[in-house]
Amino acid sequence: MPSREFHPRRRGAGRSPGLRALGAGAAAVVLASGLAACGGGDGGVPVLNWYTNPDSGGQAEIAARCTEAAEGRYTISTSVLPREASAQREQLVRRLAANDSSIDIMSLDPPFIPEFAQAGFLAPVPGDVAERVTEDVVESAVEGSTWDGELVTVPFWANTQLLWYRTSVAEAAGLDMSQPVTWDQIIQAAQDQDVLIGVQGIRAEALTVWFNALIESAGGSIIAENSTDPEQIQLGLTSEAGIRAAEVMRDISTSGQVGPALSTANEDSTATGFESDQGGFMVNYPFVYPRGLAAVEAGTLDQATVDDYAATVYPQVDAGTESAPPYGGINLGVGAFSEHPDLAYEATECITTTENQSYYFTTNGNPASDSTVYEDPEVLEAFPQAPVILQSLQQAAPRPQTPYYSEVSGGIQRVYHPTSSIDPEQTPQDATELIEAVLRKEQLL
Amino acid sequence: MSTTTLPPAGKKTEPVSAPERHTSDRAKAERKLGWLLAGPALAVMLLVTAYPIAQAFYDSLFDYRLTDPENRSFTGLSNYGVILSDPLWWTAMGVTALITLITVAVELVLGFALALVMNKALRSIRPVLRAAILIPYAVITVVSAFAWQFAFDINTGFVNSWFAWLPGVDPSTDWFGDFGTSIFVICLAEIWKTTPFISLLLLAGLAQVPEVLQEAAQVDGATWWQRMRRVTLPNMKAAIMVALLFRTLDAFRVFDSIFIMTAGANSTESVSFLAYRQTISRLEIGLGSAVSVLLFLVVVLIAFSFIKGFKVDLAQARGER
Repeated sequence: MPSREFHPRRRGAGRSPGLRALGAGAAAVVLASGLAACGGGDGGVPVLNWYTNPDSGGQAEIAARCTEAAEGRYTISTSVLPREASAQREQLVRRLAANDSSIDIMSLDPPFIPEFAQAGFLAPVPGDVAERVTEDVVESAVEGSTWDGELVTVPFWANTQLLWYRTSVAEAAGLDMSQPVTWDQIIQAAQDQDVLIGVQGIRAEALTVWFNALIESAGGSIIAENSTDPEQIQLGLTSEAGIRAAEVMRDISTSGQVGPALSTANEDSTATGFESDQGGFMVNYPFVYPRGLAAVEAGTLDQATVDDYAATVYPQVDAGTESAPPYGGINLGVGAFSEHPDLAYEATECITTTENQSYYFTTNGNPASDSTVYEDPEVLEAFPQAPVILQSLQQAAPRPQTPYYSEVSGGIQRVYHPTSSIDPEQTPQDATELIEAVLRKEQLL
Repeated sequence: MSTTTLPPAGKKTEPVSAPERHTSDRAKAERKLGWLLAGPALAVMLLVTAYPIAQAFYDSLFDYRLTDPENRSFTGLSNYGVILSDPLWWTAMGVTALITLITVAVELVLGFALALVMNKALRSIRPVLRAAILIPYAVITVVSAFAWQFAFDINTGFVNSWFAWLPGVDPSTDWFGDFGTSIFVICLAEIWKTTPFISLLLLAGLAQVPEVLQEAAQVDGATWWQRMRRVTLPNMKAAIMVALLFRTLDAFRVFDSIFIMTAGANSTESVSFLAYRQTISRLEIGLGSAVSVLLFLVVVLIAFSFIKGFKVDLAQARGER
């Protein structure tokens, strides 16, 4: 377990001198391996640097496993990126723009992959690797790893939002949760039972995630006509689906069941609301389940509350039309300036094996992109919702794929926030005008 | 300088007996020594400030996206046109000016009170008092912003329950959900953090007020308020102006608290935040550099108007003449 490896060093810094010496020793080893990286061309074991997003230590453990499996052909060392996906991108982009050769493998948030690919920051995926790493992988994860018709990253784990609900509330409201439900039904049920609907209304990426799921569920897309030329991008916000998405967003926000702080609600604060006595419905990632279990263990939540948790597929916008849940997660890119792209791709294949994805899912709570993982009994035991997650991933739609994602997402966040003041007639129009002007570089964002 | 024999107040006037203007050997040698002493510092300053400023100005003349360096093109001053014709720029300017005005005004009053306390405190507790007052200034701005955010957060904060007796505050007050309340918390965090800075500068000014003048005024029967207005304040005008100048320049570049607390939601974006968003998030180096250059010009303008308008003399504030 990674935690066991890291603890002695952490404690060593503050407590016993013996452990401190151990810490110093570990530091020396790290330093030595860093030096080995510099001298990689001299015949030493090449060190692959893997830039990971923060997690519960799973990627570091997988790196150690793959280093062992490589039997001396390479070692993987991990470096942790900032917590926010946007900050991860900012750091990687700046370094890659300066041709940083120390970036071998990167954990990338899917919406930013087109930008990296278009800028030439990703080493091309070898044909045979592409074939192997997409086998049995859910469709949305393959789509999220693709740009301009080509696979540019290796699918690793795939996240999706589910509709979480309290079984007792749904029963009391008379909702049949074995069938897909609509947002209108949820609003009605929440008003009847006076419980919270958890949605992410904060002016951040989470808002774009929510909006994208609504417009895709209504049969539209944020970008109707894609292009690599920013001035040719046609937005679909003012389409019928776009207006419908704005209506649903406004209806939920003004339903009176979203709590007092919708305009600053993120994934964590909605999970807090769902854990409270007023919890009823919530759209959120699967992490809320282990979060609830941890709270029970810590004594801050009743076991009965978590037993009341249930999850189903994301709500529909229009009854009868299948919903398009959010798709997220992490895919692995290989740096274009890496000195060992072949080894790095070899390492990504090791990282994304079914076994490692199962491990990552069960210990870190991050769902696999490999559909065969969902047949693993251990996964089913740790995540009773695994079949729903798989179904959700198969229905999921990625956010708009464009090298100008920051502009598009930032523009949506600016105009649609706060969601309670959305005017379905005017807001889509305003957002379209802003984003188009920003893409033409005629306005600030 | 040791040669000063003129009355300390008043304009610099040449002594009637001054010799014809020509530099003596000694003056030349002194000037040379001066350059030798200040030269290295000047060179370093040019390297770390003038060069980046020049580079930013150069970049601001281009349409330049970091991920697309091939299509970099010279566009002259058009980036400036885009910015100055955008209402967002003027909103950000207004917000920045508002935050600057509120924080500097409150800090001046609070800082002066703290300086008086420190000045009058018993010698034995003075070092402890000074250290205690300085602690907030030693805290990293991002850390202080997080601390204030957690305090006011609707889920994790204690403010809503502790201050529920105040009108307008109840458990469902979302401080970061509105413009006014967000600005209030941002200003509060800024004030808490930088009042010590202003009070230290004012304490230095207070120490310069000659004790004899105070005593003379007291003998003449002046009240505390009269002594404050007629003796203390006029004698520390230079120190007040320097404190105001430094703090205004600092406040106008506000970024950390906004970034942490609202990330620019509810129109709380400052000018620095706009520069960040264009350069770092959008990767539009040209446009972002232009915002930075404009911010720089505004700061220069503030400094210039303080020095000329209020006749702040930095040399006098340091007690050099």
